[in-house]
Amino acid sequence: MLTVSPSPHVHGDFSTQRIMLDVAIALMPAFLVSILYFGMGAIKVTFIAVVACMLFEYLIQKFLLKVPVTVTDGSALVSGILLAFNVPSSIPTWMVVLGALVTIGVAKMSFGGLGKNPFNPALVGRVFLLISFPVDMTNWPRPRLMDFSFADAVSGATALGKLKEGLMMGETVDKLMVDIPGYLDLFIGNVNGSLGEMSAMALLIGAVYLLMRRVISLYIPLSFILSVVILTGIFWLYNPSRYADPLFHILSGGLMLGAWFMATDMVTSPMSKMGMMIFGIGCGLITVLIRLFGAYPEGVSFAILIMNAVVPLINRSCKPKRFGEILK
Amino acid sequence: MSDLKTFPQGGVHPSDQKLSAHKQIMVLKLPPVVKIPLSQHLGAPAMAVVKKGDKVKVGTLIAQSGGFISANIHASVSGTVSMIGESTDTSGYLKEVVIINVEGDEWEDSIDRSSDLKKEIVKTREEIIETVKNLGLVGLGGATFPTHVKLMVPPGKKAQILIINGVECEPYLTSDHRVMLERADEMLVGIKIIMKALSVEKAVIGIENNKSDAIKHLSDKIKDYPGITVQPLKVMYPQGGEKQLIKAITGREVPNKGGLPIDVGVVVQNVGTAFSVYEAVQKNKPLLERIVTITGKSVKNPGNYLIRIGTSIADLIEAAGGLPEDTGKIISGGPMMGKALTGIDVPVVKGTSGILIMTKKDAKRELQGSCIRCGKCISVCPLGLEPYLLYQLSNRRKFDRLESEDVMNCCECGSCQYTCPSSLPLLDYMRLGKLEVGKLIRARKNN
Repeated sequence: MLTVSPSPHVHGDFSTQRIMLDVAIALMPAFLVSILYFGMGAIKVTFIAVVACMLFEYLIQKFLLKVPVTVTDGSALVSGILLAFNVPSSIPTWMVVLGALVTIGVAKMSFGGLGKNPFNPALVGRVFLLISFPVDMTNWPRPRLMDFSFADAVSGATALGKLKEGLMMGETVDKLMVDIPGYLDLFIGNVNGSLGEMSAMALLIGAVYLLMRRVISLYIPLSFILSVVILTGIFWLYNPSRYADPLFHILSGGLMLGAWFMATDMVTSPMSKMGMMIFGIGCGLITVLIRLFGAYPEGVSFAILIMNAVVPLINRSCKPKRFGEILK
Repeated sequence: MSDLKTFPQGGVHPSDQKLSAHKQIMVLKLPPVVKIPLSQHLGAPAMAVVKKGDKVKVGTLIAQSGGFISANIHASVSGTVSMIGESTDTSGYLKEVVIINVEGDEWEDSIDRSSDLKKEIVKTREEIIETVKNLGLVGLGGATFPTHVKLMVPPGKKAQILIINGVECEPYLTSDHRVMLERADEMLVGIKIIMKALSVEKAVIGIENNKSDAIKHLSDKIKDYPGITVQPLKVMYPQGGEKQLIKAITGREVPNKGGLPIDVGVVVQNVGTAFSVYEAVQKNKPLLERIVTITGKSVKNPGNYLIRIGTSIADLIEAAGGLPEDTGKIISGGPMMGKALTGIDVPVVKGTSGILIMTKKDAKRELQGSCIRCGKCISVCPLGLEPYLLYQLSNRRKFDRLESEDVMNCCECGSCQYTCPSSLPLLDYMRLGKLEVGKLIRARKNN
């Protein structure tokens, strides 16, 4: 018996599973840094988040939707890691599980599963937790190098949090900066923050891997980060005592994690190059507006979620240039 | 070779698998019987002019062109017409065929069978076109468009450049590659003939960089043929597509929605066609044989064979060491755009560039997942379409919208489906969409 099917008869070496695996691999350097600074807490939260996300996906597909179980495609694994990376390593276990339920159940499965969700699932989970449990979600453990005990960590605000609080009290940036970790600490990740967002260095290593594997392109991250640099730069030049400099803004908070790993989520970002750039600039703009003028010190999650909502519109209006189109 | 050109938009890099690239062209022994389909070209089928019991020689006209876009067909063997009947061709449909029992190998006297190179072109423009038409030449790159039609530039248009397609971007296939290596002089004379017919001063042979031996060989040879140049190209599928090749070499874009290469002053011919133009015009030989690649990972002796039209593919497979046991699929053409065959008792026709045998494992399609909206299909589409959207619209039978999203521009190169990480049958649905939109367009015209 011969198989008779239409062309093409070959398929490239690409699969959803491989893409998800690559994202998971790319997140590993940041995970290692997190373990170094936050110890067992980082391992515990990440493990629980991953297991809970995969379990919820399995249960919902098998018993609620009664559809083929696709938990092995790796997307729940990635959502789990990203959810863990977006919460403090000190939050209670049940909270992680609840976050996972919202991530998979509400943000992903209720829309029809992989590929159909309009919003980034991990970010929906994180924002749900942030709004529901603001105290636990902003209680950041202080980094302690190579301390693997379960001892209660001393906690404090993030760099962005301290800055916002101080500025609201009428302090100037240069005075506040004395109390805030330097650029090197921010770059390496020796700062308070969500489990996986602190180390710009580790995240960049992962990003380079994703770029090399062609899982992501530069359009979204670059336009996101550059628009943050330009906008905060303008304000900084205008009044450096009220506004922090652009380097501080790109190294602190969740910008690196958001720009390279969350905004680039294929499902919830535009598909054409032009669309990706518009999306990135929108994310940057909203992030800066929230950071500088909003009630929250950090705005990356909200910015990405708001831009997620605009993606269908962007996809509709940004068409690739058709070959042979007669331009008049 | 520093200035490699390519087309700027889209494209993929399938592994090239040119297993038979170094195999010299061999002559396949005469089969006991040939089945010659009357529809081997784009356009109207030819009409048989022989009947059962007629004796034919190699080169005898057996079917007359059935219209302006059609082509004559000649006997590829000598013998007796045993039947005019029906047989399955590479498309899988039953087609009218002339079946000839082979007796000896007697050629028509008008054909010059000597192997000397005849460089001087004595025929006039009109005579060239007439000869090409009479001797049944069609494009050998795969589309099998009657060659004489392409040589007649429509009034009001002017050809400026002749592009010779030596790209052979389909993985596995090597017949054009071998023509460029082994029939270089004949092919170059053929190009000069086409240049004369089109009254163009300039011809460019486009060759991908994975055939560096052919680039080198032809670059040496062209010194004797003023006006012809060789343009090395970066390897990129589907560069052998007419529109992509024109863009790569001249930077010009053939207008979409029905534009033709001549609209930008270009005519494209395949290297194999150029060779057959030489044979027709200089040697008076009809298109009755061609070079076919037989290949595949499981094939014992992949190779390139000179085959009489109408020979069963089974004979070709036999010559290459027989049909491998774990054969899952047999393709006429390359793996990206070729057609899967329903069986091996199918005749080689003018458009058969290669036969690819795939193992059972390779023949299997991967399980399809859901679209993760990665946009890879958009970035690889050489025509700037959005395959994921066309797939959805076709799936939901929204054919009006499908038309406004330019589905008819799709060239069916398969780059999108090749790339899709979720293994979606993008092209299957786009083909369906094109079919339905085509019906809509025709219905509108008729009203």
